[in-house]
Amino acid sequence: MIPAGFDYHAPRSVADAVKLLGSLGPDAKLLAGGHSLLPMMKLRFATPSALIDLGRIADLRGISQAGNEIRIGAMTTEHELLNSKLIADKLPLLAEGVSQIADPQVRYRGTIGGDICHGDPANDHPALALALDASLVLTGPKGERVVKAEGFFLGVYSTLSDTDEILTQIRIPVPAAGSGWSYSKFKRKTGDFATAAAAVLLQMKGGTVAKVSIVLTNVGTTPIKAKKAEQALVGKALGEASLNEAARLAMAACSPTHCPRGTPDYKTAMAGEMTRRALQTAHARAKP
Amino acid sequence: MANNHKVSFTLNGKPVSVDVEARELLIYTLRERLAHTGPHIGCETSHCGACTVDIDGMSVKSCTMLAVQCEGSEVLTIEGFEKGGVLHALQQAFHEEHGLQCGYCTPGMITRAYRLLKENPNPSEQEIRYGIAGNLCRCTGYQNIVKAVQSAARKLAAAQTAA
Repeated sequence: MIPAGFDYHAPRSVADAVKLLGSLGPDAKLLAGGHSLLPMMKLRFATPSALIDLGRIADLRGISQAGNEIRIGAMTTEHELLNSKLIADKLPLLAEGVSQIADPQVRYRGTIGGDICHGDPANDHPALALALDASLVLTGPKGERVVKAEGFFLGVYSTLSDTDEILTQIRIPVPAAGSGWSYSKFKRKTGDFATAAAAVLLQMKGGTVAKVSIVLTNVGTTPIKAKKAEQALVGKALGEASLNEAARLAMAACSPTHCPRGTPDYKTAMAGEMTRRALQTAHARAKP
Repeated sequence: MANNHKVSFTLNGKPVSVDVEARELLIYTLRERLAHTGPHIGCETSHCGACTVDIDGMSVKSCTMLAVQCEGSEVLTIEGFEKGGVLHALQQAFHEEHGLQCGYCTPGMITRAYRLLKENPNPSEQEIRYGIAGNLCRCTGYQNIVKAVQSAARKLAAAQTAA
């Protein structure tokens, strides 16, 4: 399996990449880790006229803290995220999610920015980004703009990013001290996408839920923020009844399609179960 | 379109240079241009790991990387493991522990295990299984593969202590 022919460019700076993207037009594609794009090109589902490889742009990599915010270069690999002490300490939800993405080889190459920009609802970073209230820095010919991850995902392979923009950085506020977290992912085998997964970030206060984010992977055309389930939990203790109600409301927000991973009903049921498990795990980790 | 690119990199310690189309995947460059047929083409869809090579300290599925992306890189394949007629500890351990049956996955398994042990010289069984999860063995001989990696880890640690 060999991709169709294309021109290859490997710019050394974001400015050069933006210029190339503008001059090559909409048939050019950005190459990040390539572990979604290259397989699609091999299968000829994608036949870009040119690839702009972002792998040589040092400015697009790295993890740092600025005030109460963690800033992650879009070309930072999953392997780098998984081995970062800063991420482990400040964003354990992200670390737990990343540890369940694909397999070691894919994590050495795959990048957080590529995973987000691909716009595939089966990818894990979109739900993690929403749960963590991430912002995305998009750089285009007119400069930078910062958008919320919530609202960025428009549909399957469709995002708010314009064709002349590059996602350059992901900014994530450090969750409140004592927050609980969990990414519960149900998959058929290592390397498979989620049948369903739930990202939960939870703040408890005096035995009841003060704040909670619940975001679901691969049960709709975008990551799904289960807002009704979140609202139903605020002010309540986490027990059998409230967990059941949250799972029921999360399931009501799902609209998966039929695929070899299962029927819509089955996937919805798994999303409910992942919601329940993620809430329980997050609860056990949260400090009251 | 489809202009050729001159790509230079180091293959098992020796500098090489090839002219490739941008669309050429690294596994083809290694096997067909550079006669390094140790890395195998298994699934060609980045699932099986039979094509795993080591590039700049990363285990990489060479069916999912373009040769042009290797410019300036250091590439290690299974051909680079044996030194002066002496097998690498991992190769020896796979032999001793019966870590291979048909052998198809073995170059990828050993190359992946090499990087795993560089990063974690004393892995638990669970860490080994997680660390080689990107490599499939069609004979399902994982038990002895894990034993071989454990054995190699012990031998490498002993050699380190002796040195």
